[in-house]
Parts: sequence; structure tokens; C-alpha cells
Amino acid sequence: MSNNIRKFDTKVQYLKYKVLREVAREAWHDTLLENLIDIPKKIVPGKTSTMRCCVYKERAILSERVKIAMGGDPENPNVIEVIDIACDECPAAGYEVTDSCRGCLAHRCEDVCKRGAISFDHNHVAHIDKSKCVECGQCAKVCPYSAIINRKRPCQIACKVKAISINEDNAASINNDKCTACGACVYQCPFGAISDKSYILNVVDLIKKSEQGRNYKLYAVVAPSISSQFSYAKLGQVITGLKKMGFHTVVEAALGADMVAMSEARELAEKGFLTSSCCPAFVSYIKSDFPDLVPLISHNCSPMVEISKYIKETDKNAKTIFIGPCTAKKAEAQLEGAKPYVDAVLTFEELQALFDSRDIDITSLEEDVLDNASYYGRIFARSGGLTDAVTQAIKEQNITYFEFKPVSCDGIEECRIALLKKSKNALPANFIEGMACVGGCIGGAGCLTHGEKNKAEVDKYGKEAFEKNISDAISVLR
Amino acid sequence: MIIQVCVGSSCHLKGSAEIVELLQKAVEENHLENEITLAGSFCIGKCNRIGVTVQVDDEIHVGITKENFKEFFNENVLNKIN
Repeated sequence: MSNNIRKFDTKVQYLKYKVLREVAREAWHDTLLENLIDIPKKIVPGKTSTMRCCVYKERAILSERVKIAMGGDPENPNVIEVIDIACDECPAAGYEVTDSCRGCLAHRCEDVCKRGAISFDHNHVAHIDKSKCVECGQCAKVCPYSAIINRKRPCQIACKVKAISINEDNAASINNDKCTACGACVYQCPFGAISDKSYILNVVDLIKKSEQGRNYKLYAVVAPSISSQFSYAKLGQVITGLKKMGFHTVVEAALGADMVAMSEARELAEKGFLTSSCCPAFVSYIKSDFPDLVPLISHNCSPMVEISKYIKETDKNAKTIFIGPCTAKKAEAQLEGAKPYVDAVLTFEELQALFDSRDIDITSLEEDVLDNASYYGRIFARSGGLTDAVTQAIKEQNITYFEFKPVSCDGIEECRIALLKKSKNALPANFIEGMACVGGCIGGAGCLTHGEKNKAEVDKYGKEAFEKNISDAISVLR
Repeated sequence: MIIQVCVGSSCHLKGSAEIVELLQKAVEENHLENEITLAGSFCIGKCNRIGVTVQVDDEIHVGITKENFKEFFNENVLNKIN
């Protein structure tokens, strides 16, 4: 078991994984309903607490995690949910001066504060007037002793679209109208108090009822960011593992990305301006914060939907499960445009739990192959990849009358700046590539690991593609 | 007649694209556009060490390469149509 923790970045992910694994394990054996209430005790046995004040609170929170692993609160339309009792009610006082303030002479903090919020006591120690402070953070930046800190909650810092506030019980609360389901808060909360709902039970059910393909064929559609995941094994072993679990075959979502790149290039040349539509969190952000720009969103489906649609058109007996790094894809799959094509969404985190719930050690398996898409479809997984692909698609389709001026926005903050400029007609570009997660999909909340090397892994995987051009990759589809 | 060429990973790496191209050409040369529907498929479930899997109506043929394509086409497509 100690080996398993190395598969994740944080212990919160590991805990979530253990719950998912146990829930799935019981589901395979059809014993979930009987053994449901024993799962928390199985994870935290004995009398000594390991995480919280006492084992009873730990188990109470675990039973909430079990609920989320089983699909969460059906009354809440958001796929991201707060576990109220797990929220540690972090201090949320904003900028505060700490004991490190030495009462210096320079008073850089005072000089930089445009609101005049900083005053000094008889010991020359700084104080911040909360009624004047707008939390710009300049004072904290200039203090040579780092004496001013931001006591903001990690979830609120993570949520760049400002969907998180603090409710009357002092717990985090998500504004569903603003939330893009990107999952940044899920990954950042140090107490694991915010979680993405899991549809792992739907997946177990789909696998079981397929009866090894006798009733319908189950297709796994995997996102290209998988190349940076499961790094303890070979990608080919992950593919074998999926088939062993009961999937008929595995298809690259990157092939959908190839298809999207080609039609996006044509749509862009025709309309003269577009924002990308691949990232569901970016699309949802435009809808909630820049409604006037909605007509400019590309009419292409996302690569996930595009390829799933194609699979269902070629095989009437197909069901599709998307496996990726993204919590927002769970929300996208529930939209009208995606629902008929995508039967369930799983994150890499959840896939790991699913493998282990069946005791499938992928490192012991033979390597299968995965190759449907081109280099360009595969690099969609990282920021800038979509732009490179559209550039290539313009070239391959000989669109010469159109000058492509893209802007790649890495993370939702860069997206906001570009959209704001566009709404004021001050954007010197005709295409916005929007990726809500920093780094692109490889920064997604559903990734097992996040790291500097992941971009290089995606590029390497891209270069290994059998097809170098987009047209070659999609030529087999017609 | 429906001809499905496997474009799943395994066959793709063994040259699905070439076989699709050869099929399109052969259909054109023999003026069979009205008789034959070409389609793709992600894995027919008969992954072979050599060549591509092609399904002609209900019959599955494995190991189709550009070398044996002509023979396959004459025997399993032309023969059946005429």
C-alpha cells in the first residue's frame, strides 16, 4: 500500500483514492449496499486518529466522501461539492501584519498602499485598516521581512473565477452560477474538503452490463494527457489494463482533436474571429462572465464529444467512457450537446482506483498499442497545442486568404484578460485559445500527478504518433 | 455491400490508411460507388500480427496488406458482387 501513495501528488488525493477504490471494490461484488457503512472504519481502523481530532470525526467525513464517490448530492447540479464538516474553516482575515514586523524606518508598506490603509503604533509596527484594504497585496510584496501575509483560504486563492465565498457557518461555499467546475479548489484544499463527484459506479455498471462486449461494446476514449500520467508504468500497459477490465477497445480523444482542428480552421477563416471550445471550463466561464462574447465561441464540439460521436456513428452498439484529467468534463458530459454521445466520465485518479479495485497491477501486464491521432491532436493536452494544431490545419487545407493571429491563454486568469480586451475591442488577435488550467489539460485537477516534466512527456508522445499530419490521421475516417 | 476497415490502434499502425486508400481507388476503378459503402471501425476484435482487419458484410478478413490487397479484393468483393 505504501507504494500506492507515490502514484499521487498529495495525501488528500490518496485518501480520496482509497475511498473510491473501496466503493468500486464493493460494487464489483454487488455488496456495496450491505458494506457501505463499514468503509470508513476499513480506511481508518482502530481508536487512534490519524488526520483529525478523533477517529469519529474522521469516519464521519469519510462517510461523506463515500457519498461523493457514489455520485454525491443529487439535489446539487454542480459536479464540485463542498464537504461542510471537512472544511477546517481556515482563517480568512485577508492581509495581516505578523510578529515579523520589525517596526522599520522605511515603511515601504505605507508608501505602496494606495488606499492609505496602513498605520503604525507607538512601536512603529504596522497595522492594516480592514475597512480600507482592498487586498491588492502590494504591501506584502514590498516588505523586506515578509512580515505581511495573506490569510486567504487556499480554496479562494485557487478559484480565480471568484466562485468561492464563506458562508455563515464559516465553511467554504460555491456559487454554482460562477463555478466552471475546473477543480482547482479540489486539488488545492489542504483538507480535501472540496471534491468532484464521482461516476465510478456508473462505469462499474457499464462494464458489468456489457458482459465482455456481448451486450454492447464499451469504448474508452482517453485524453492525450494520459502520456504524462501513470508514469510508474508504460502507456501500453494502461491500455492492456483497460481491456482486461472489460473495455472493447481504447481510442485516443486526440483523434477528435485532429477532427476539431480541421473544422476549427475552416470556421475561423469563415467567421474571422473565434474562441476555442475544447476546454469546458473556459466555455462555461465565457457563458457566465462574458455573455456578450458567447456568439464568438467556436461551434465545434470538444474533442471528447467529436470522437465519441464518431464512434457511435460507426458502431451502433457502442457505449463510450471518457477518461481524462478533467473535472469540468463531468459537467460537460451532462450538457445536451454531449449527453447522447458520452456515457460516463472518469478521471485518471478514478481510473487508478478502478484498476486497484480489481487488483489489476498494470506494471505486470504486456504492452498494447495506442495510435489513432497525429502529433497535433496529441499536443492539445498542453497549453499552446491547440494553436499549433489550428496553424497546421490552416496550412494543410491551403487556407491562404486568412491571416491567423492567435493568442494562447494559459490558465483562466490569462483567459480573463484576453476576453476582457476582446469585449472592449482591444484584442490584437483573431483567435483565443482558452485553457482554464495552468499548463493546459496536464494541469487538470483529475491528474494523478502534476509536474514540470509533464509538458515534455506530452510532446514526446506527440512525436511518437504514427501520423505526422492532421489530414493523414483523419483520412482513415472518411 | 458494407466494407468496414479497422482503424483501431493495432491496425492503424499496420497500415489502415493505405488499405483505405487502395479500397477507395479500387471502388472507383470498378465503378462500384453505388454498390459499396466504405466505413471505419475501431477494432473488430481480431487484432493480427500482420496486416489490417477488414469486414465485408458479416465476413471478417484478417491480415490484409498492400501486397495481398488485390487478391483479397478480387476474391471477396468483386466475386461476390458479380
